[in-house]
Amino acid sequence: MKLMWFHLMPYTELPDDFRDANPSVWVDIHSSLFDPKRAHLMYNDFMDELEYAAQCGFDAICVNEHHSNGYGLMPSPNLIAASLARRTTDTAICVMGNSLALYNPPTRVAEEFAMIDCISGGRLIAGFPVGTPMDTCYAYGQNPSQLRQRYLEAHDLVVRAWQEQDTFAFNGRFNQQRYVNIWPRPVQRPHPPIWVPGGGSVETWRWCAEMDYVYCYLSYYGYKAGRATMDGFWNEMSRLGKDRNPYHAGFLQFVGVGESRQHAYDLYAEAAEYFYGRCLHVDPRWAAPPGYTSEGSQRAGIESQIKQAADAGVRGTTAGERFASVAREMDAIVDKGYVIVGTPDEVAEQLREVAVNLNVGHLMLLLQFGNMSKQLAKYNTKLFAEQVIPKMRDLFSEWNDRWWPRPMETAQRAEIPAFMPPLAAE
Amino acid sequence: MSDLATLTIDVNGFPTRVWRTGSGPRLGFLAGFGGLPRCVPFIDELAKHRTVIVPSLPGFPGGDRGHTVLDTHLDWVLAVHEIMVKADLIGADLAGSSVGGSLAAEIAAIWPDAVRRLALIAPFGLFEESDPPTDPWAQRADAVPGLMCADPAIWTALKTAPEGANSIEWPIEQVRASEAAARIFWPLGNTKLEKRLGLIAAPTLLLWGEQDRIMPRSYADRFAKQIKGRSETRLIPGAGHLAELDQPKAVADAILAWTA
Repeated sequence: MKLMWFHLMPYTELPDDFRDANPSVWVDIHSSLFDPKRAHLMYNDFMDELEYAAQCGFDAICVNEHHSNGYGLMPSPNLIAASLARRTTDTAICVMGNSLALYNPPTRVAEEFAMIDCISGGRLIAGFPVGTPMDTCYAYGQNPSQLRQRYLEAHDLVVRAWQEQDTFAFNGRFNQQRYVNIWPRPVQRPHPPIWVPGGGSVETWRWCAEMDYVYCYLSYYGYKAGRATMDGFWNEMSRLGKDRNPYHAGFLQFVGVGESRQHAYDLYAEAAEYFYGRCLHVDPRWAAPPGYTSEGSQRAGIESQIKQAADAGVRGTTAGERFASVAREMDAIVDKGYVIVGTPDEVAEQLREVAVNLNVGHLMLLLQFGNMSKQLAKYNTKLFAEQVIPKMRDLFSEWNDRWWPRPMETAQRAEIPAFMPPLAAE
Repeated sequence: MSDLATLTIDVNGFPTRVWRTGSGPRLGFLAGFGGLPRCVPFIDELAKHRTVIVPSLPGFPGGDRGHTVLDTHLDWVLAVHEIMVKADLIGADLAGSSVGGSLAAEIAAIWPDAVRRLALIAPFGLFEESDPPTDPWAQRADAVPGLMCADPAIWTALKTAPEGANSIEWPIEQVRASEAAARIFWPLGNTKLEKRLGLIAAPTLLLWGEQDRIMPRSYADRFAKQIKGRSETRLIPGAGHLAELDQPKAVADAILAWTA
């Protein structure tokens, strides 16, 4: 199976009283909390951590897109990915991803992803999220009633721009462009693998099945809460007559590895409570722009509420209800499965169970979270790489991962000189 | 109401509800934010003296999913004009509230002969950075009733499913109404209506709830200043944004007097 290292790039110095003194970590978080000189250090730490994860042998390093967000400092994950492309050699670079409807014209995504694919020699995984309500409708002012249609149309434009040999006119409902002809073109043909992070909507499952894209459930609430969604995905896949290739799916999980379970618990409690306490402090008024959730999903949500209690661990069908019910103390965080802590053996055993139960071949690990220091993030990363990954590698070896990047042969690729800062003048 | 007739017209392939009641000269009403999932006393008040015609707007209750094919502002005003034609409202007096008020103003501006006299209740359509409207789509659910009406219970009663209603479809219909408004007015409520106010020749009554917590009262002056025809502004005591829900008689009386 594939073990991928994911960074959200949280601002690590939100004040202790953040929850009480501020309405939200997202959309209207106050600029006075942001110190650019501290952020300089954070960005560089975060990029060190991503590069370190690549050195340690993770299959991929992952970045994502958020806007006006105190726990996600990557409005443009492509900038980080471009840098990672130069500072890593064989690791896949997973941009998870670009919210297609936010780019005008969406051709921009085709271009930038093609650039990253060229610079990295074909190591890009192209993630296409719709984007959260906070990012898309509020921070970026997109119309929630048109967002999904615009997303789907932008997808068609990007995928065509990657493949069409000749300059073409795109005559869309929302986008018209007379001359589409991107330079550069992606290394991977016909195009980089496309992965779709989504919530639990039936429409997204069907679309991933139809297009043969990887469906990723990037929840912060762990494997217990994620079970219902992944079951829903696989049930829909079975209904559509698709096989259960675990590489058709991705799942996000927070993990903290230590020498004993208690050691791990103690090591990661502060960072976990920082993340769930401060980073997920989102004002519910940002959570439900009308039209963002399709009527089909609303219907399914209301029906499931009537038939059964919501997911274990997190209650509610809207992001607002979920944010309001998040566990914020370490005992509950661990108990509900948001963060898996333990020795390498314990973690490996649990993660194997998670991968098998959820039938997920691409596990995205959050090994840096909250205000975790670089030192602790590297410790967690190293221990995981050395002692957990070997115990998981064999899983799903009977399946073919046809959604993984196909980079250029090593011999064909550019030699990247080691970075040598000029010596200070004597 | 005994004589309320429900007709169905086709708008871009979507069955669209038109209520018709009362007798006398025709008076149209385009409802506000949230639409009309059920009839309200305001309609009864008007129908005591007039033939009242209340077409649903696309996506609002009774308007099916008609909003889903309207991508531009031109699409919207053409759809509303088509509704006016099919609902037998051309040349009649026209009242509109909130989002419906904005569309009523558009019709009066673009098709001056379509509207005899106009009454606008706290219409959407403008945005002034120094005095912005409240964002109706970025609210906790429990805050919305108090933003829409001076008496929150009135909004809550309007939006609560009646006995026997489909418990799944009813709430979806209410979200759809909010979505339809968002589809026209997201994110600021600014449709650049200001550019077209100078085309409105119909005598225009501007009504504003004294306790409107959505649309600043200063906007009444902006409308009054730029509308070409004669205009008059009146405040409605004890009313919020949807003044016709809070004070059905006072608002109906003002409109009846203006269009008499």
